[in-house]
Amino acid sequence: MNIKNIIIALVVTFVGLSAQAQEKKNKNAKYTFEVNGNCEQCQKRIQKAAYAVSGVKSASWNIDTHQLSLILNEEKCSPLDVKKAVAKVGHDAEEVKATVEDYDNLHFCCQYDRK
Amino acid sequence: MVHYAKNIKIKNMKKQISILLLFLFCAFNAYSQDTLKEIKVQAKRKGIQKSYTVTGNTSLITSKELLKAACCNLAESFETNPSIDVNFSDALTGTKQIKMLGLTSPYLMITEENIPSVRGASQAYGLSFTPGTWVESIQITKGAGSVVNGYESISGQINTELLKPLNDVPFFLNAYGSTDSRFELNTHFNKRISDKWATSLFVHGNMRNAKNDMNNDGFLDNPLAKQINVLNRYQYYNAETGWVSFINFRYMNDDKQTGQVNFDPNRDKGTLNYWGSEISTKRLDISNKIGYVFPDMPYQSIGFQNAFDSHDQESYFGLGQYNIKQSSYYSNLIFNSIINNTMNKFSAGLNFTYDNYHEFVNTTDYSRVDNSVGAFFEYTYDNADDFSLIVGGRIDNHNRLGLFVTPRLHLRYNPWEKAVLRFSAGRGKRSANIFAENQPLFASSRIYDILDTNGKIYGLNPEIAWNYGISFLQKFLLFGKSADVGIDFYRTDFQNQAVVDLMQSPQQVLFYNLNGNSFANSLQLEFNYELAKHFNFRSAYKFYDIQTDYLSGRFQKPLQAKHRFFGNLEYETHIGDKGKQWKFDYTFNWIGEQQLPNTSTNPINDRLPEFSPSYSLMNAQITRTFSSTFEVYVGGENIGDYKQDKAILGADDPFGPNFDASIVYAPVFGQMYYAGLRFKIK
Repeated sequence: MNIKNIIIALVVTFVGLSAQAQEKKNKNAKYTFEVNGNCEQCQKRIQKAAYAVSGVKSASWNIDTHQLSLILNEEKCSPLDVKKAVAKVGHDAEEVKATVEDYDNLHFCCQYDRK
Repeated sequence: MVHYAKNIKIKNMKKQISILLLFLFCAFNAYSQDTLKEIKVQAKRKGIQKSYTVTGNTSLITSKELLKAACCNLAESFETNPSIDVNFSDALTGTKQIKMLGLTSPYLMITEENIPSVRGASQAYGLSFTPGTWVESIQITKGAGSVVNGYESISGQINTELLKPLNDVPFFLNAYGSTDSRFELNTHFNKRISDKWATSLFVHGNMRNAKNDMNNDGFLDNPLAKQINVLNRYQYYNAETGWVSFINFRYMNDDKQTGQVNFDPNRDKGTLNYWGSEISTKRLDISNKIGYVFPDMPYQSIGFQNAFDSHDQESYFGLGQYNIKQSSYYSNLIFNSIINNTMNKFSAGLNFTYDNYHEFVNTTDYSRVDNSVGAFFEYTYDNADDFSLIVGGRIDNHNRLGLFVTPRLHLRYNPWEKAVLRFSAGRGKRSANIFAENQPLFASSRIYDILDTNGKIYGLNPEIAWNYGISFLQKFLLFGKSADVGIDFYRTDFQNQAVVDLMQSPQQVLFYNLNGNSFANSLQLEFNYELAKHFNFRSAYKFYDIQTDYLSGRFQKPLQAKHRFFGNLEYETHIGDKGKQWKFDYTFNWIGEQQLPNTSTNPINDRLPEFSPSYSLMNAQITRTFSSTFEVYVGGENIGDYKQDKAILGADDPFGPNFDASIVYAPVFGQMYYAGLRFKIK
């Protein structure tokens, strides 16, 4: 009895999720832009800030290339929201620069060369 | 007589060694004609990798580590790894048993590319059915495993990844020979069919054709053996559409003959002339995996696995017979995705398992059909920083185990830099295949008695156990060189167990439901240090306290050392011109005294002490790499030549009541040397 219910629930979940995925592509929009930073600590801080933006599904910042790769739901947020959030924790994100105060709050090893 | 036999043995050995050398030279000539290709510079990879960011207590053994020892098959791949203890199985079949947290392989989930592989009928010898050269890597997880693969794992999980057709080399050859007259030949062929399809063909053969009796008890120290093992697999990978697939076809035929040296199966089978045994196993496996990764959502995927296998073992042990044929079907559907973002992941899916057993112990028919269907859900939270958690659960309905829930939990926390603290807890439930799992006991005159009759599995109830564990790992610099220290403690508590009682009488083995307590505590301290560049030291001390309430009282589990020490030294030279390199490896094991099965009522000559003596073992290997495509290795196992005093009780009267070849706590054969070569075309 139990199992039947669970199976049905799972099947419904699968069908629901895949249907959703195929119909509205902008729910999984991909963006990549540069965020300035140095190290692993920066990586954690940048990703954490990005994830804190509602609608960001995946965020990964590459230490070597300084590129932040995002997958986000455009219905809920925009890349600009993420840039603002990242700048707020001290990292310059292209056109959105961190305030001097936020930059100075960074750990000294994270104080990257500003462009 | 004995003298004559020895002469023959030595002659045989010499012959084998010269054949082997000839082999090496031939191959070497072939190599020197081959033009050298460009050598890729690779970052130095560690043989055993431990992560600070993975939630489970998992170590990854790479193929590099597997090259450090003879590693003829999967059962022998753990000699240089402290998490797993390799034991010596019965004196007859020579199959090595492995243990984790002090529990034998039936309590582990052993999977091959995440499909359960060693289970049911293959429990006793299954690990020796995967040749070592096929293995790409092995992941070992201590403690409660993931719920995705099933409910059976109690003390840990071992997953083997085989070489992948899409990134394998076109041709690989490995030849191996040893002074215990075992020969192995491995050839791999790999071909890219198109940009999306690739196929591999692995052919393995091994044999032991000379009789060895180094301890002069009239019994073979190692079985005569022949195995042919063929795997053909196909891999499909399409990055654009997101579809991936594997299809495997595998056939194996393994024959072993063991017993008294003079035993001739054609003449003596079924008679009292000489005691002998033959075990013949045929296996056919077909498995398939299909996976789909959503192209615009790399974190979302669906996987579907299907495996069919047929395992057919026919055997006799003296006058007793044991035949088991298992036909199985396993299927697993997994859906992986995220909740909100990739910090919150989940897996959900369904399992189906069907096992049809035809099992005969002498003339008693234990044939049965087992099946189960289950659903699982596993949630992973990772804050992308210092904390992660996996909570999993599954519900299964099994025709013998009933309807039950299996919860599992894993936590990871990095309290400060280069440190990781882990905790795990979980429940496991399984049906004990008492005959298949305890086959070494067939090599004795023991009478089998199952004392319970009400359960659904040979009259016994399912085994249920909880496992809890905690571990801590810290990396640091010591005199400017990297070091790490680890400590872990695990406890397994049996709620019910199919107790195998060897403490009652040396003429009996009793099986019954646990009445009282049964637990396994295991503590491991590990220290690893880079002594100098390319010179590494690895060490571990292990404490096992494994006790069970038997009918005759509480005892330590027989054939389990309470204290063990492990040490390993590896040194390699800088990779020189054209990839030339030397590698040296040395492993030391000290095994403390072990509780032995009760033999106190036997006549004085057929008695063993209550505890075995402690002893140490040393293995060493030297590898010479001539280029990135050719290398030769020589090595020795048990160089100190430690041998068990009396390996077979009642050897002079094998059909008498005191015969027992199952009490093996140390090597029977003594020192063994081997040599081999590896050649590839890139």
